[in-house]
Amino acid sequence: MSVKADPVYHQFEDIEQQNESYIVGMWVFLVTEIMFFGALFLAYVVYRWNFQHTFYEAHKLLDVKLGTFNTVVLLTSSLSMALSVHFAQLKKRWHQLACLGATMGLAGIFLIVKFFEWKAKFEHHLVPGPGFQWHGDAPANQAQMFFNLYFAMTGLHAIHVVIGILVIGVLALLTFKKHPLVESFVPNEMVGLYWHFVDIVWIFLFPLFYLIPV
Amino acid sequence: MKVDRSHSHPITMYLATFFALLVLMILTVVMAEVHVGPPGVSAYNNLIAMAIACFKATIVVLFFMHVKFSSQLTKFWAAIGFIWFLLMFILFADYSTRPRERIEGWEKLPTDQTVAPH
Repeated sequence: MSVKADPVYHQFEDIEQQNESYIVGMWVFLVTEIMFFGALFLAYVVYRWNFQHTFYEAHKLLDVKLGTFNTVVLLTSSLSMALSVHFAQLKKRWHQLACLGATMGLAGIFLIVKFFEWKAKFEHHLVPGPGFQWHGDAPANQAQMFFNLYFAMTGLHAIHVVIGILVIGVLALLTFKKHPLVESFVPNEMVGLYWHFVDIVWIFLFPLFYLIPV
Repeated sequence: MKVDRSHSHPITMYLATFFALLVLMILTVVMAEVHVGPPGVSAYNNLIAMAIACFKATIVVLFFMHVKFSSQLTKFWAAIGFIWFLLMFILFADYSTRPRERIEGWEKLPTDQTVAPH
């Protein structure tokens, strides 16, 4: 495979060391992201431990079909992201751009579905706060805690999806313009790491909110 | 050992990972409907759901994020975050051994707000 050599900056010994430090740097950032989400997961476990039955009752109000659909959408976007890195390595620019476009499109679909899920919660007065209305047998405050965590965790995840769309958009634009910054595949790999992390968070959020056992 | 990063992987690897993720997702949805263990105990179902989620996360990290083919240093940083996460929950198991104690002045909470052990 004949690939044009990428520029090696003076602080690095060779291209392998340079690429490795980029990737490790991205992983260090992802470690802080794990800690960021970790606190919320711990809060979730505390309340689930205490209010298992209420959480079971409250989770029935979430739409499993929409959640499953969104999971498929996000997993597919992860595949297209992985393929964009693959085509970036092979220097197939148009394939790479198509994959990045697909990833952004799927991320957009995810957000649209999420928007309608949230909109339904607003209409049914299930948003925590003074307007919260609960008609189930389980205590209302505990049910409110479920929706607090639901909005906090899926909301933070959705913010990450929005940032992901913006970052992928910038990457696609630079790739389209053949900008020297994205001559190497490593920027695409780094954006990919971020995107796969967002996917992993959803892999855990999906069973924790949509599939609570009795 | 230096790792050649520009070496790409076959597309079939990505497709296989993707299909494995889809199959595991269907398995999670199906297993949520099947009650495992004694009635009234949700622990087994929770364990199954989290085990599947951990396996899904692992194959995403190994193949989509290329950690399987990365240097030792990358593997270390990829693992350390999840190890911290696991450690947090292992230490947190202590929480289950501590019952909520009554605090003076807080006895008259409506039943709505008291913690009911399940």
